[in-house]
Amino acid sequence: MSSDAAKADRIRELMATEGDAVAENTRGFNEGRYESTGRLDDYEALKEQARAIKEDAIGRLPELIDEVTEAVEANGGTVYVADDAADANRYITELTAEERDADRLVKSKSMTSEELEVNEALEAEGVEVVETDLGEWVLQLADEAPSHIVAPAIHKSREGISELFAERFDLDDPPETAEELTMFARERLGELVEDADVGMTGANFIAADSGTMLLVTSEGNARKSVTATDTHVAVAGVEKLVPTVEDFSPFVELIGRSGTGQDVTSYISTLTPPVDSPVPDFQDDGEPLADGSGDDRDFHLVLIDNGRMAMRDDEELKETLYCIRCSACSNACGNFQSVGGHAFGGETYSGGIATGWEAGIEGLDVAAEFNDLCTGCSRCVPACPVGIDIPWINTVVRDRINRGEVDSRQTDWLFEELVPDEEPAGLDLGTRVVGNYETVAKLGSLTAPIANRLADAGPLRALAERVTGIDRRRDLPEFASEPLVDWFERRGGPAVPADEAAREAVLYPDTATNYVDVDRGKAAVRALEALGVHVEVPDLPGSGRPPLSQGMVSTATAAAEDAYAGLARHVDAGRDVVVIEPSDLAMFRREYERLLPEASFERLADASYDVMEYCFGLLENGGDPAALRAPAEGTGPVASGKRVAYHPHCQARTIGVGEHATAVMERLGYDVRVSETECCGMAGSFGYKTDYYELSMDVGEPLREQFGDSDRTVVASGTSCGEQLDALLESSPMHPVELIAPRE
Amino acid sequence: MSVADRSTFKRRLDDLGVTVTEGAASECADLIDEAAGDPAVGVALGDGVAADGDATDATDATVALPDRIETDPTTAELRAAHTGVTDAELGVAAYGSVAIEADRAGTEPVSLFVDRHVVVLREVDLVPDMPDAFEWLGPRARDGSADVVFATGPSATADMGGLVHGAHGPKEVHVVLLREDSEDDGKPADSEVTGDE
Repeated sequence: MSSDAAKADRIRELMATEGDAVAENTRGFNEGRYESTGRLDDYEALKEQARAIKEDAIGRLPELIDEVTEAVEANGGTVYVADDAADANRYITELTAEERDADRLVKSKSMTSEELEVNEALEAEGVEVVETDLGEWVLQLADEAPSHIVAPAIHKSREGISELFAERFDLDDPPETAEELTMFARERLGELVEDADVGMTGANFIAADSGTMLLVTSEGNARKSVTATDTHVAVAGVEKLVPTVEDFSPFVELIGRSGTGQDVTSYISTLTPPVDSPVPDFQDDGEPLADGSGDDRDFHLVLIDNGRMAMRDDEELKETLYCIRCSACSNACGNFQSVGGHAFGGETYSGGIATGWEAGIEGLDVAAEFNDLCTGCSRCVPACPVGIDIPWINTVVRDRINRGEVDSRQTDWLFEELVPDEEPAGLDLGTRVVGNYETVAKLGSLTAPIANRLADAGPLRALAERVTGIDRRRDLPEFASEPLVDWFERRGGPAVPADEAAREAVLYPDTATNYVDVDRGKAAVRALEALGVHVEVPDLPGSGRPPLSQGMVSTATAAAEDAYAGLARHVDAGRDVVVIEPSDLAMFRREYERLLPEASFERLADASYDVMEYCFGLLENGGDPAALRAPAEGTGPVASGKRVAYHPHCQARTIGVGEHATAVMERLGYDVRVSETECCGMAGSFGYKTDYYELSMDVGEPLREQFGDSDRTVVASGTSCGEQLDALLESSPMHPVELIAPRE
Repeated sequence: MSVADRSTFKRRLDDLGVTVTEGAASECADLIDEAAGDPAVGVALGDGVAADGDATDATDATVALPDRIETDPTTAELRAAHTGVTDAELGVAAYGSVAIEADRAGTEPVSLFVDRHVVVLREVDLVPDMPDAFEWLGPRARDGSADVVFATGPSATADMGGLVHGAHGPKEVHVVLLREDSEDDGKPADSEVTGDE
């Protein structure tokens, strides 16, 4: 993970050439998702239903494969289960080139066929392959790969497509508008479909009970490819099987909404092939379309293993098989919005879940090429219609990459002495510095005046950039010489006696608050005490967020155990755990499920609160808002009065605590404008890395657009969001609790 | 089918840019004649049901296509046609979808290889939501005969830099909704239904 100039250059180039088109489209899809899923009364219930169907189906996949084979054969079709891509391609080319002696095969869009690279295999045997999905056809003409799993050509502009057509078809006056381009493609492809011999489709779902396959499309090209040819080959990963036709229903309601924000796409084809339609004979077109006899149609279902059955046995990668390829995780992802699938993707798949697919199908080395681009912001988690914990899959794969890529050339002996973590020797130094941030922060605080001065020194930053990959354009956090815990002890501990308190709480001294942004910790103490809470700030270990973000799962687990051990005493004593840094709260409420025994996770998750969520709860339960600071009273940092611009932290949104700050501020009379950006782009340590500095700034660009010209007071709950907003807006935001806490 | 379903269905179709006309079964031919362009091909209504051996609906006798619709087209006539007329097996109110079943009579190509698709749907075949549609489809699929496309609005693409209708399939869709009353009550064809928004 240390600086890789080639990677940084590639990302820079893609941002310049494709970034704008990808950003516009994916952000549009993402907004559409919110609108379309918002129209459902029972969105969460549907997601749970979809998830349950997938868990059941993958759990008994071998049985379903047998069942579907029987059903398809009873219908008059054939099923072939291919071990890998070569096996599938051999079957398909033998069938198409030899048995059928086909000249042309027309295809509808199928990512699985991309995975197989079946086009190349067919063309090698002399079969012309025509992609009939308009986006895929454009890419076939341009000889490019999809940049998005649902809208493969989103990186191409309308002007670019017009130029491509002009060049490929030698046109003096090429079509230009979207309408003209579409009609041009419709005519060309219509002719190619008429003369085709074989039709190939994918399948979004296949019901084992009947052999019925479901295709989600909009253009009608899959319908035409099937209808116009007498031989239908469907290729699908084995994970596409669901038990029954009735199981299709929740997926049909979710897939379009989750992906491009359409309630449903134009065509949901449910085929139980061979289909009943007569085959139109375009060569001898004077004959009746339907002569009543029924045509001889041939159907082949090629089910692909290609690593999937092994993924099923891999407890961590198994969830990947629940993926319905809707693209929600791509569209919701800040980094994907900026670079698209050509950077954030592997051999075939792109976006957050691609790490699971590529690790399972191609191997860790392919996943390693883009796995860094998942920052763990977790905005894909609520977007995923089958509830896959995509950041966790990325973390696990990162851990495996860390462990697999031991490189003894690296001089990490120094760090080994300094921070004995649980990771293998040879782990990349940049990874290790960030992963052990708690230790770094503690050292930094102990030696604050010197450490801060050194951190700003040019030559040292240049050295640090070379060794650790931390970009010198970033301001480094300035360590406080008195940590929050020490301050609290020095002032004499709790100010509100326990026996007079409405509630008792421990304010968790997260690493950022304790060592860097002590002021927000002090503000939190003031706010809670003003609302009658007995507050303690004990010395507690870090949550393990930094090592987890680097894929150092063992180190993170050890940290989680320590943090839990430190907190359990307080939870047992009936104290609430109040957390300021959202990424640490998200550990307690989300990631600890993976790191701790279930009962421990649940106990801590139930007892812990975001500081603004806690204030909200106190106000809802009779707390006096007059004890907090209303807009009119402020001077200094609140000079611009009541108008506030608020960026909720990405992980806070995911665990459902992003909006409590808005509610509290509004209750106190502030006029709050909330950012629409999923993640600021800093994402903990991501934006500090030299390879990703520009990308990180690009991801944050919508925040600059939304808040840049505002006279509003900017507030943000995450430390790294604060650093990013500082860089983007050149004004240092505070935490919402600093806005509402009574003054010292 | 409830009044609410009908009103939801029509509202969804309206959002999708699909025109709807309504009337009694006896007025079917007139409604189709108004909706269809020229030249037009079609599949005799009710034929789709015969493929799986079900008895033909009693109402079908009164549901007819205008004479100008070619119901046994050649492939050349299909290719030249502006409009294709078929029936739908089911309507899904919450989505504005119509279920078109592929059959030996050619319902699928007639609904697909044309610029305008005129779909005839009986109100009685309207179901409220997607789960109802798949409960209807399940037994038919296990019977081995169901090739159904749930079509929602016209063919569409956004691959060429903007939303365009008619990527491969029909550019326009028109739904003829036939009222439930199987007895011809002699009311004039109208497109307004009480309770509709």
